[in-house]
Amino acid sequence: METIQEQLTRKILVLDGAMGTMIQRCDFTEADFRGSRYKDHPLPLKGNNDLLSITQPDAIRDIHRQYLEAGADIIETNTFSSNRIAMEDYSLEDQVYDLNYQSAKIAKEAIQEIVEQHPETPRFVAGSIGPTNRTASMSPDVNDPGFRAVTFATLKAAYKEQATALVDGGVDLFLVETVFDTLNAKAALFALEELKEERGLDTPVMISGTITDASGRTLSGQTAEAFLISVSHVPLLSIGFNCALGAAQLTPYLEVLAKKSVNFVSAHPNAGLPNAFGAYDETPEQMAAQIRQYVDKQLVNIVGGCCGTTPAHIQAIAQLVAQYSPRKI
Amino acid sequence: MNPVQEQALYTAPQKPLRLSGLEPLVVTAESNFINVGERTNVAGSRKFLRLIKEAKFDEALSIARDQVTGGAQILDVNMDDGLIDGKQAMITFLNRLAAEPDIARIPIMIDSSKWEIIEAGLQVVQGKCVVNSISLKEGPEVFIRQASLIRRYGAAVIIMAFDEQGQADNLERRIEIAKRSYELLVNEVHFPPEDIIFDLNIFPVATGMEEHRRNALDFIEATRWVRSHLPHVHVSGGVSNVSFSFRGNNTVREAMHSVFLYHAIEAGMNIGIVNPTMLEVYDTIPQDLLEHVEDVILDRRSDATERLLTFAETVKGHAKKSQVDLSWRDGSLQDRISHALVKGIDEFVEADMETARQLVDRPIQVIEGYLMNGMNTVGDLFGSGKMFLPQVVKSARVMKKAVAYLLPYIEADKADGVQSAGKILLATVKGDVHDIGKNIVSVVLACNNYEIVDLGVMVPPEKIIAAAREAQVDIIGLSGLITPSLDEMVHLAQEMQRQDFSVPLLIGGATTSKAHTAVKIDPEYEHAVIHVNDASRAVTVVGDLLSATTSTNYIKALKEDYHKVREGFLSRSQKKTYLSLAAARSNAYKIEWAGTDIPVPRSLGTQVLKDFPLEKLVPYIDWTPFFRTWELHGKYPGILSDKKVGAQAQELWEDAQRLLAEVVEKKLLRAKAVFGIFPANSVGDDIEVYTDTTRTAVQETFVTLRQQRTRKAGVSYLALADFIAPKTTGFADHIGAFCVSAGFGTAELAAAYEAAHDDYNALMIKALADRLAEAFAEYLHAQVRREHWGYAPEESYENEALIREAYRGIRPAPGYPACPDHTEKQTIWKLLEVSEQIGVTLTDSLAMWPAASVSGYYFAHKQAKYFGLGKITEDQLLDFADRKKMNLATATKWLRPQLADS
Repeated sequence: METIQEQLTRKILVLDGAMGTMIQRCDFTEADFRGSRYKDHPLPLKGNNDLLSITQPDAIRDIHRQYLEAGADIIETNTFSSNRIAMEDYSLEDQVYDLNYQSAKIAKEAIQEIVEQHPETPRFVAGSIGPTNRTASMSPDVNDPGFRAVTFATLKAAYKEQATALVDGGVDLFLVETVFDTLNAKAALFALEELKEERGLDTPVMISGTITDASGRTLSGQTAEAFLISVSHVPLLSIGFNCALGAAQLTPYLEVLAKKSVNFVSAHPNAGLPNAFGAYDETPEQMAAQIRQYVDKQLVNIVGGCCGTTPAHIQAIAQLVAQYSPRKI
Repeated sequence: MNPVQEQALYTAPQKPLRLSGLEPLVVTAESNFINVGERTNVAGSRKFLRLIKEAKFDEALSIARDQVTGGAQILDVNMDDGLIDGKQAMITFLNRLAAEPDIARIPIMIDSSKWEIIEAGLQVVQGKCVVNSISLKEGPEVFIRQASLIRRYGAAVIIMAFDEQGQADNLERRIEIAKRSYELLVNEVHFPPEDIIFDLNIFPVATGMEEHRRNALDFIEATRWVRSHLPHVHVSGGVSNVSFSFRGNNTVREAMHSVFLYHAIEAGMNIGIVNPTMLEVYDTIPQDLLEHVEDVILDRRSDATERLLTFAETVKGHAKKSQVDLSWRDGSLQDRISHALVKGIDEFVEADMETARQLVDRPIQVIEGYLMNGMNTVGDLFGSGKMFLPQVVKSARVMKKAVAYLLPYIEADKADGVQSAGKILLATVKGDVHDIGKNIVSVVLACNNYEIVDLGVMVPPEKIIAAAREAQVDIIGLSGLITPSLDEMVHLAQEMQRQDFSVPLLIGGATTSKAHTAVKIDPEYEHAVIHVNDASRAVTVVGDLLSATTSTNYIKALKEDYHKVREGFLSRSQKKTYLSLAAARSNAYKIEWAGTDIPVPRSLGTQVLKDFPLEKLVPYIDWTPFFRTWELHGKYPGILSDKKVGAQAQELWEDAQRLLAEVVEKKLLRAKAVFGIFPANSVGDDIEVYTDTTRTAVQETFVTLRQQRTRKAGVSYLALADFIAPKTTGFADHIGAFCVSAGFGTAELAAAYEAAHDDYNALMIKALADRLAEAFAEYLHAQVRREHWGYAPEESYENEALIREAYRGIRPAPGYPACPDHTEKQTIWKLLEVSEQIGVTLTDSLAMWPAASVSGYYFAHKQAKYFGLGKITEDQLLDFADRKKMNLATATKWLRPQLADS
């Protein structure tokens, strides 16, 4: 079987689209979120999407299946918030191992189904590692700029716990994504390197930052190139940007990565900018037309979708990029 | 050194050191000296220590801010003090600093002798920092563990020249520790070599102790060794240490710092802690002081210290703060203004501006004349490395003050109610921070009634486009000083075209040129594109571009002119077609090896000539290129009686003979050579050089390039490898290699002349050294043909015939037409151990140092001939990268001038 690195030199790989958007369509109730396992949990659980991997595994597996059928080569586990720091909000920090292990297993099962039908195309599970809901290099308190709500050591431990369970569940890759504070990402990379060394693993690492607005900087204030430099000390499979902006607005920052990075470049933008109601209404065709800019300019090696994207978006993207050659490195 | 490193050393160009705060800092081989701000150091600043002790972080941050605005590119933070909790202070200060974007934009240097403080710092900074420092002090285990962690935290590192036995205090120890540290880091830790910075210990000189005499010189020489032997690393140090023994005498200290830096930077020190207020401009150090200081720094005489001490007494009174030397105020107005700009003195600016204003008709002429002249001097000094960035920033400050004083008069001079003549956007492009030229243009244009929208430095293209739209500007002007800026400008032109702009685009800055503008930028944008490289011309150009009556014709003429320049430029390369590499190879130059004369050398292996007598070289000098250096064109000796330039040529020739006689007599320059002949055979386009005559082991491989440009049928496609018998023929062939230099001593002599403001002789000595080096190459080649290889024992040509190359065999040089690939020099250096044997080194861009050096190969076959490679295509580039085991980007970088446009 061809490795992902070999695949990437040959073609543009497609990452899946939004998990949250698809879950919203299922209209799950509080009871659905709780399932039988958490029916007596003291806190409300509706909105804890990652928990559905345990309580509604079929629905999650079905979403993976839809993305795979749409043409995704890489699917992300439903683990964006499956870390101790985020789960503390629900008093579910002791469930972190199960959440990650189950999510990885479900994604792996979805892939096995499709690989049986199409054995010629390898598919990959990327363990999604989100930023947590705390920032390591910014203070949440404007009156106390030196204060920090989380430390490097706490982040590192949380990421390592999550990554360990993802590995046990069988992920092929790690995706450290939606990086809004580079220091959080550095803690994640530190944890991954440590884990890989301890367990003798060679799991490829993808990283994806978030440019928060038209200033062209991350939330923690770095430019695209400064972000690239700050995370290039570990061997990366790819570096890219996702979320916050639509495909068109992301172009100048992808150009920076495409020009300066020695790794593969990824992008998974939102389906445009949210409308006044916070919904995303860019159609698959509109989004694909913008993605065409990336491939015309040979900016990317991996492309997919973030908030607001659906299997229809991914299908449009997959059909588009199949006709183009990837960025050369 | 193990083979892996050798490989890296001899094939790869300098990799950049990439650091980041909120913004990137990329230190390349081309970067100017990187200045580290050091006032945020409790060990170095009493004030900072007090503020930290009293937890006055706001004030402590303002010290950091001053460093950044003062030109610091990296901020050193040190909290090592017995009376504070260093770890907590480091964490708090760095956390507070992260909330100040104007400070946090530059990278942090986490400075501590305690590992726990370093690690605490690494855990709170998001950018890529520098750790200052670790060393082998506690042995390799601790060193490796700390370096591995630093790598995992994603920081670069400063390595102190310190080991289990203590601090390195001589040249050998510095080299030994640097080498050992490097090998551990690169081979054991897999630390990226470009992220390693050596601090080779700057110790005081002139202490009166005999063992300190070589302190500065050893640092400089160690720096040179490290930069030429340990690929990709950088060298740093705290400069003020060197002058420690002259505390209290700032005049001497400042001169010592400048002299030390001048030589250390030349040797390869590229990062350092320098207090800009404690620095004299190298060129303005009085001759006598300079001589005394250089004697000490370079350990040129045994009584140097005593002499400087005595001399120091005489200049003591002039120390900057205690007693200011105002003699410069007696000079002419222009001299005073230039002096104030060069020295960054703003005290007398207003008085001088007032005087100047009254001497001219219109106030704007003060800027165009007096101030521009002064700023040109600043530009020249900066360009030649004799002023440093912080000083230039001070010059700009004086300039601004002067303009501020003049502005009301300029305003008043304008006719009442005049509308702005036009709106002009100016920006230094993304990735570039140089803006003095742009600021001058901005000032001059503003003074001519144009409204300026100045976006500052490092402006990304999307921001330029957006601002141009929003402000509806009439012209966009782009500036840049470093080469990557050229691509940014092309990119912006493309974007302007794509987004339907029609306003003229001005291009300026040191690396820009009319040719580049015409060939690369103009075709991307259908509207006006014009290269403007000086501020005074900018006014006329802008006037023409915006004139209602003439602009259409002007722009049309402009486009035609650029078209012509482009055509002229491209005519050589255009319409050229190329053969594939495979096809070119099958049309290689064929020598009938069977039955041919393949001379066997009389002696094999490397030989060294040291201190070769210069008088033997004089007869071999080819004088024609000497005159060309001075822009006198014509063949020697005819040129001496040339109608037009004869008189000048004669005068120059006499001056040259005088200096040459002195050089020879007093042995002012030293000539050295290393050369050798080795068993070799060609394999494809490679030439394998064997360790011995058994030809079983390959010592080095020369990688030659083959012509690809389509030729007439039947004409061969040459590569140098064609002149060596292929391995498959079974014939035993040989190749020679050499490096000669006559440049040892040139830099010192030239510097001495320059210091005496004698630019004429400074240029002359360099030109002569070049000629002597070429003469040496010619002489040595003759010796090789007649004796060492010995295939032409009877040959006895006159010099004129030599110049016409009327002999058998060739000596092509890497970097020249037959072999434009400079990286082949690295192979020659390895084969002959050039650096070790004669001390000629290669710079990061593979230039030879000293400059007056020549290196190349010897080919002996009678059919071997010189040729020009011409352009090659991508298939050969890929093949080359593969054979050289170089990554594609690197190979592309080195061969870019050879690549045909596809």
